Amino acid sequence: MLVELSSDQEFFRETTARFLREQVPAEQVRRLRDSPAGHDLEYWRRGAELGWTSLLVNEEVGGGSISGQGLVDLSLVAYEFGRHAAPGPLVPTNVVAAALSGTGGQAHAEVVGELLSGEAIAAWCYAEPPPYGRLGDIALEIAVEGADVVVNGIKRPVEAAGQARYLLVTGRTGGGLTQVLVPVDTPGVSTTPLRTVDLTRRFDAVAFDHVRLPTAAVVGEVGAAAEQVERQLQLALTILCAEAVGAMQTAFDSAVGWAFDRHSFGRPLASYQALKHRFADMKTWLEAGHAIADSAAAAVAADLPDAAELVSVAKAFIGDYGGELLQECVQLHGGIGLTFEHDLHLFLRRVALNRVLYGTPGEHRQRIADIVERRGAGARPEGAA
Amino acid sequence: MNGVVGDEIEDVEDVESFRLRARAWIRASLKPYSAERAMGLGSVSAEEELAAVAYERQLQRAFFDAGFAGICIPRKYSGQGLTPAHQRAFNEELAGYECPTRFQIPTMAPCAAVLLEFGTEEQKTRHLPAILKGEEIWMQFLSEPSGGSDLAGALTSAVRQGDDWVLNGSKIWTTGAWWSDWALCLARTNWDVPKHRGLTVFILPIRQPGIEISQIEMLNGGKDFCQEYLTDVVVPDADRVGDVDNGWTVCVRWMFHERTIFTSSYVTHPVGAPRGNGGAAPIDIARAADRLADPCARDLIGEARMLEVVSNELSRRISAGMTSRRMSDQAAAVSRLFGGTARARTTTIKSELAGPAAAAWSDDDGAASQAGVGFLMRQTSCIGGGTTEMARNVVSERVLGMPREPALDRDVPFRDVPRGGSRRA
Repeated sequence: MLVELSSDQEFFRETTARFLREQVPAEQVRRLRDSPAGHDLEYWRRGAELGWTSLLVNEEVGGGSISGQGLVDLSLVAYEFGRHAAPGPLVPTNVVAAALSGTGGQAHAEVVGELLSGEAIAAWCYAEPPPYGRLGDIALEIAVEGADVVVNGIKRPVEAAGQARYLLVTGRTGGGLTQVLVPVDTPGVSTTPLRTVDLTRRFDAVAFDHVRLPTAAVVGEVGAAAEQVERQLQLALTILCAEAVGAMQTAFDSAVGWAFDRHSFGRPLASYQALKHRFADMKTWLEAGHAIADSAAAAVAADLPDAAELVSVAKAFIGDYGGELLQECVQLHGGIGLTFEHDLHLFLRRVALNRVLYGTPGEHRQRIADIVERRGAGARPEGAA
Repeated sequence: MNGVVGDEIEDVEDVESFRLRARAWIRASLKPYSAERAMGLGSVSAEEELAAVAYERQLQRAFFDAGFAGICIPRKYSGQGLTPAHQRAFNEELAGYECPTRFQIPTMAPCAAVLLEFGTEEQKTRHLPAILKGEEIWMQFLSEPSGGSDLAGALTSAVRQGDDWVLNGSKIWTTGAWWSDWALCLARTNWDVPKHRGLTVFILPIRQPGIEISQIEMLNGGKDFCQEYLTDVVVPDADRVGDVDNGWTVCVRWMFHERTIFTSSYVTHPVGAPRGNGGAAPIDIARAADRLADPCARDLIGEARMLEVVSNELSRRISAGMTSRRMSDQAAAVSRLFGGTARARTTTIKSELAGPAAAAWSDDDGAASQAGVGFLMRQTSCIGGGTTEMARNVVSERVLGMPREPALDRDVPFRDVPRGGSRRA
């Protein structure tokens, strides 16, 4: 999280933090593991009132931001979600709301309104199963037939598809990408729940079998959605990274507290140099995670030329080092760190989940290499960072 | 906007007009940046090194004459009296252009920075303008053969004689002392109190009869590191920095400026140019080794770039946190630790990318030809400027507040502290 927030941002962040502390303490998160939706509808509606769903939406359709950079404000919410391992479809709802408000003009204003109020949830159908399981592989077909479009293919994992009223589906039309908004009750759409590492996030496989919709369902232009899709990906990555850093922060604070409290051989764990040095390393990873997540959020928010690189750097770094930090926290706790009773796994789950969604660290390293190569040797826009 | 601390409040040129003025001068007057000529730890002949030093003295003078030397140094010491934002703008405009690297670290930071904080008016008036004009290159006489990390355990002694001090002892790991002019020197003035309370800081000219300089040959053939032997070196009391026996107060800030050299607003550095012995970029090595299409190589290129970007962003965060006082000065150890380990990892990556050319090479191997020796010198980034172990102590103890390591010498007169034999000296 940013070193310095404006007083408005700080108030906004603290409002969400207080709400999450009260509504979803660790005990409640544990209970929600058996809830089909993973969260209460009323909880999500009240969160929407706090601004969780409106920050990436244009003012003309009811959105708005605190600082003028809605994504930076949303990253504060995401950070608090991570701090509390909070339930709720923060990534998909915001990404779809942004996509509809960004490209749809008034066309999808009604749906955006439902998302803004928290009355409805949306899912983004992006990733696909093998052999198209690599980041950016899209095989699902969206064909134009007269005044209709017809969708055929499978998406997985899709977050919140089982709870969503609307699906934003990214597919291929010939050589280009197309996106359509599909009401989940459209004939030919079927969802199958998947098991997942997180206690409260929900994922499905979604099959589209000759799903026919009027061309009005298309979001943007047929065959020309590549830029929108890249933008959506950057938004999703920014939110995931901010959230993971929140989870890292809570786990680290907990491990530091444990090191002071726990005594072995007559002295606190925090007095052993072998352990102190590991905490020092973890502290650098944590601060580095904050730094790169914030830089990525600022760059994506302003759509700067280096946004794609920064957000992939953030995902690659936080994915790997966040995972290492959490595993170190488990190690330093000893056996208790692997129990269901201890809170640590709630944050380990969140980091483990965010590590692989929307591209693994390895896939993002490949993206970074592509960017470095395209830029050419020597010319690095560091001043732009 | 007001001038920096130490200047009278006055109108200051706005950053954008300064930037345009800097851009015009840089483009009209400077040559492209050259990694070969920049200060580093490479292996070049003495003649080449001296020629590079002489060239950089002229270059520093040119910066001075154009009004771009000492951007954040007050005007009364011949600086520009501007702000860190001006220095940043200048560094951005300087991207891709040459720079008098040998006048930056350690001359501007930590040395000039320490002089500004603790020097007498007379010392500042004499030396800061001379530095900015290219006349004085400064070194740190800090580490000793008896121990690098335990700075407060310095054995070099200074004994009072009338209005003078007489210094005896040995200092080590000064980069380029053999072509430098002045030094900031930590010495022991009192052996009957615990180690931190008996130190004093002095300044002294390096080229004088009482100082013998020996160049240390490093494993890569470089001879920039030096060891100095001080024999009855006379330093007038007027060249003392800070109070007698209060040198540790100076030293704490000295260390702060050392840990923040890469973000110091006293240091001019073209944005994007490698720091220290960076060498070729990973992608250039992969291209030279014809491995650019290999997904394993691309993974490593991505990792190296990730570490570079994250290091930079972390430094910016810590620097901003310290400036706004939301983080203590000790937080500088966080970016020092991360940067050191990240650069070491990047050096390993370069060796991997170079493949067999990191074992045996010819000039035809281009960028890949540096990777082998680069790997041998890898730990430089985790040792120089304070080891990463010391940084880990600072982060855990001073930033996280964990219990200090037991120090057996804490309340003991330094005279009685056990000392091992110096195996190196």
